[in-house]
Amino acid sequence: MFRFIISRVLQAIPVLLVVVTITFFLVRVAPGGPFSAEKAVPPEVIKALEARYHLDEPIWQQYLGYLNDLVHGEFGPSFRYPGRTVNELIAGGLPITAELAFYAMLVAVIIGVCAGVFAALKPNTPQDYIPMSAAMLGICMPSFLMGPLLVLVFGIWFEWVPVSGWGDLPGDKILPAITLGSGYAAFLARLSRGGMLEVMSQDYIRTARAKGLPEWVVVLKHGLRGGLIPVVAFLGPAFAGLLSGSFVVETIFQIPGLGRFYVQAAFNRDYTMILGTTVFFATLIVLFNLLSDIVSVWINPKLRHQLREGK
Amino acid sequence: MISNKFYTLIILFCLLLITGCSGGESNVTTGNRDGILHWGNGTDPQELDPHIVTGVPEHHILTALLEGLVLKDPATLEPAPGVAERWEVSSDGKIYTFHLRHNARWSNGDPVTAHDFAWSWWRALQPALGNQYAYMFFPVKNAEAYLNQEIKDFSQVGVKVLDNYTLRVELSNPTPYFLQLLDHYSMFPVHRPTIEKFGAADERGSLWTRPGNFVGNGPFMLTEWQLFKKVDVAKNPYYWDAATVKLNGIRFHPTENVTTEERMFRSGQLHHTASIPIDKVAVYKKNNPELLHSHPYLGNYFYRINTKSPHLSDKRVRQALAMSINGQQIVEQVTKGGEVPAYTFTPPDTLGYTAKRGFEFNPEKARQLLADAGYPNGEGFPVTELLYNTSEGHRKIAVAIQQMWNQYLGVNITLNNQDWKVYLNSVDNGDYAIARAGWIGDYVDPNTFLDMWITGGGNNRTGWSNARYDELILKLAPTASDRETRYKLMTEAEAILLDEMPVIPIYIYNSKSLVHPSLKGLTPNILDYTVYKNLSLDSSYQGKPFNNKNHSGEAVH
Amino acid sequence: MSSSIPAAEILEYAEKGTSLWQDAWIRLRKNTLALFGLGVILTLCLIALMTPFIAPYGYEEQNLLLGAAPPSAEHWLGTDIFGRDMLTRIMYGSRVSLMVGFIATGVALAIGVLWGTIAGYAGGRVDAVMMRIVDILYALPFMIFIVLLMVVFGRNILLLFLAIGAVEWLTMARIVRGQVLSLRRQEFVEAAVSLGLSRWTIIRRHLIPNTLGPVIVYTTLTIPSVMLLEAFLSFLGLGIQPPQSSWGLLISYGVETMEEYPWLLLFPGLTLSITLFALNFLGDGLRDALDPKASRD
Repeated sequence: MFRFIISRVLQAIPVLLVVVTITFFLVRVAPGGPFSAEKAVPPEVIKALEARYHLDEPIWQQYLGYLNDLVHGEFGPSFRYPGRTVNELIAGGLPITAELAFYAMLVAVIIGVCAGVFAALKPNTPQDYIPMSAAMLGICMPSFLMGPLLVLVFGIWFEWVPVSGWGDLPGDKILPAITLGSGYAAFLARLSRGGMLEVMSQDYIRTARAKGLPEWVVVLKHGLRGGLIPVVAFLGPAFAGLLSGSFVVETIFQIPGLGRFYVQAAFNRDYTMILGTTVFFATLIVLFNLLSDIVSVWINPKLRHQLREGK
Repeated sequence: MISNKFYTLIILFCLLLITGCSGGESNVTTGNRDGILHWGNGTDPQELDPHIVTGVPEHHILTALLEGLVLKDPATLEPAPGVAERWEVSSDGKIYTFHLRHNARWSNGDPVTAHDFAWSWWRALQPALGNQYAYMFFPVKNAEAYLNQEIKDFSQVGVKVLDNYTLRVELSNPTPYFLQLLDHYSMFPVHRPTIEKFGAADERGSLWTRPGNFVGNGPFMLTEWQLFKKVDVAKNPYYWDAATVKLNGIRFHPTENVTTEERMFRSGQLHHTASIPIDKVAVYKKNNPELLHSHPYLGNYFYRINTKSPHLSDKRVRQALAMSINGQQIVEQVTKGGEVPAYTFTPPDTLGYTAKRGFEFNPEKARQLLADAGYPNGEGFPVTELLYNTSEGHRKIAVAIQQMWNQYLGVNITLNNQDWKVYLNSVDNGDYAIARAGWIGDYVDPNTFLDMWITGGGNNRTGWSNARYDELILKLAPTASDRETRYKLMTEAEAILLDEMPVIPIYIYNSKSLVHPSLKGLTPNILDYTVYKNLSLDSSYQGKPFNNKNHSGEAVH
Repeated sequence: MSSSIPAAEILEYAEKGTSLWQDAWIRLRKNTLALFGLGVILTLCLIALMTPFIAPYGYEEQNLLLGAAPPSAEHWLGTDIFGRDMLTRIMYGSRVSLMVGFIATGVALAIGVLWGTIAGYAGGRVDAVMMRIVDILYALPFMIFIVLLMVVFGRNILLLFLAIGAVEWLTMARIVRGQVLSLRRQEFVEAAVSLGLSRWTIIRRHLIPNTLGPVIVYTTLTIPSVMLLEAFLSFLGLGIQPPQSSWGLLISYGVETMEEYPWLLLFPGLTLSITLFALNFLGDGLRDALDPKASRD
């Protein structure tokens, strides 16, 4: 098990290196620099700015310099916000995006798993069809459609919840969390239904019932553990999706999180910010995939066995 | 069947929903009570160092935190005393002597002296700082040379401290609008001990601008700054005119999305918005016109023409293009924001200057001109590309004009849009045929619009050059004996510009805001210039801006 | 979701014997939702192809005096703020959205099938290397790269296809490889080898046709996620650029004015959702039809 973890961690390093390199050169290739402005800027000033940000050095030197900084955990100064470092900006936006992702995941897991399990208990009946159709709706209605619709109905027509911001007004976290989580809730509903169906038809479930255990114990204690294996495996990639979903949700609801920073940085050619957030995101995603793999193996006795025997 | 745990979770979730939905007082209500102005400020400020920033949102915040030598009267925009209580100008117009008031103070109690200004201007001209508005100093003798490092000794630059409260400024040439420049944030003073405490004077983006560190001499002090969330300022007790400041503080809200900003205004979260969505203009005009403030703005929306392009080098072609645009239709049906079509380059009534109309919408004449130039009915006119930076707004206008040119002249135009930064690059490199542009005046004087077009000017970018124009703008107008003569010379220059038409003015900008009825003291002007110390909040008004006529304290929605 | 097939028909098939495809078609026919999905998609494709001929108005035809108007007899789905007919714009948008969906998926298909087949058939070190590459690429945050690519190279719709296709081929490769691996050990392949058929012939004639089942299913499910991806990018302003229009772009315009003119959001949104619905149902149905043993999801 330990060796497994180590080998996965080691695998992650070349991935990150590839990410950094590709992003670094892509960003430099993009037309339009960070200092283009409508009013003509005196050439001396441009020279001074470029010197300060090392833009006048040959590109290989810039690349190696950046790698060096990265190893020390320095993402560099932001172009757009001269007084701030990218570290600072990421540190500012991260808690917000993390909170949003957490709430969204909470929504997704609670609603999705419950709906899926619920449906699996009586397959091919209305108890099954209704949640699954709703789930299909959740998958097919993208967040940038659902979000504005929710805003329109609950925020503007009914005025039940605020329509923008995060943490400024009570209740302004509800709509963004639901918008981001709904797609995943739908997916999880289908996954958990499938998993549960497969598990519930197994022999050991029949045994448990034959033993006289109440149904809910059968479901929760015995069924869920097996039925949720696909769900756990899904969580890793879902995290990556949540992160990218945050771009849109944060834009719609004007949430000052990392996703919105990233999109804006891309438009503003804020090189260091783009690089920094990309590397940061990549690291997070790799981390989460790793965690998800480990947890999958851990809760799935079959895989654990395979691992011990060497695949 | 399903465990109780499951049900508890559901109930908890619903509770969360419900408690989340409770009201809470709106910003306007609490603001009116506490004297805090809630101001929608557009894009988040990049920095608060006046020698680094470049935007309008930063300008709004900096005019609260700092004060220059000279202010402006909000109604007439004529110079008014700021830190300088009076000044004299020499007869040749080159020497300005400013007498600073003795009671001007920084927010930590230090007196504001002439040394502060001299040092600040020195700092603003340090190349390492990367001040993109360094060119505002160029009228000052040797300032440009110093920036270029042709002169290394700052004492040769025309700023001299005569004594603690007297500053002498020498210009290379008489510059009639010099006093207007002094109110630009790049010419604001900064507090030397604070800056030097946090780093080198020319260190870009040090910590001196953070709340708790920032020391300014304006009516307010910086108390909080959270990126993407808010910038809070509170009344500065050391400000020389603190007695007249009625507000206790201002919160600047970042409002990048104009639709969200309007919703914030509607739910009583803002007293003043930065802008208003286009589709809401008609709605407010109909239902609540008293909330909508609209005023011409010192800016011009125009198209640049690349005069080096072979078929566009004939001025008759350019005139034909200009005369076949129905500006009235564009402002009425396309932009719909209450703008005015432009027939001059300088907005009318720029500090009393109004140029003569240079052209008109006349498709007949346009067709004739195009035929004279060798393209009757547009035959033989090469397909030309119109470039604009990606935005639905610009696209709307471009599509309308494309159709007009096709309809009236028979010419074929294609549209091309690029990302902002890419577009700037293209225009800078002359990589365009016709490009959309906008120009907002740096100061209230026709010169800021007209000196763009001198031969080789950094902002020209059209390849146009005219010796007489250069002579008028660079030599004759600055040395005119009085304003009337000067304006007459500039009118002549502008007439040349409008005859040669390297640019086609389309409409004059309009500043539009939604203003809560409880905010008093705003004076509309062409610069959208706000003097915060004139503003006050009437606490008898309630949060939501509508139907607020009953202000005896009863809650009205 | 099942209806019974008359006994006579069953007998008929039992006598004649059916191919894999006929079996699948029978099962698919029973699935009403999947058929509905198929119908919707076919209709949409037809409309998209015929748009230049049947669209009621010109694509850019403005009616500035009219402005944004709700649905009426002349404009069945209303008009936008320029007075452009929404029905026409949605129809033209369908061309772009569907085109991106099909072409990008096609790119993913081509690369993925080729990659997976070669890896699966070659086995050994070649397979290990190829799959390791897939693993590394799988871990990359592609959304972020796509955003970056779009910003860097922006206006090129061709690049959009390539970028999206380049993201989706990975899973396809994995699926195909899995299939090929299991097929390789089967007898008919051994027979082909002993017959002396070249490796390429075997791949072409025996392996690829037999992997088609899962490939078809996955393709049908990839198209909606590709369309979603394109709409997502366009909504952020990074995908299709004006003057072209896609449903994502139309939705983003609709969001801005949804209070005053809700139909500008409703109709493109509905169209996109229905299309995605249909494709997903079709994909599910195909999966059930081609391999009823496969577990759902």
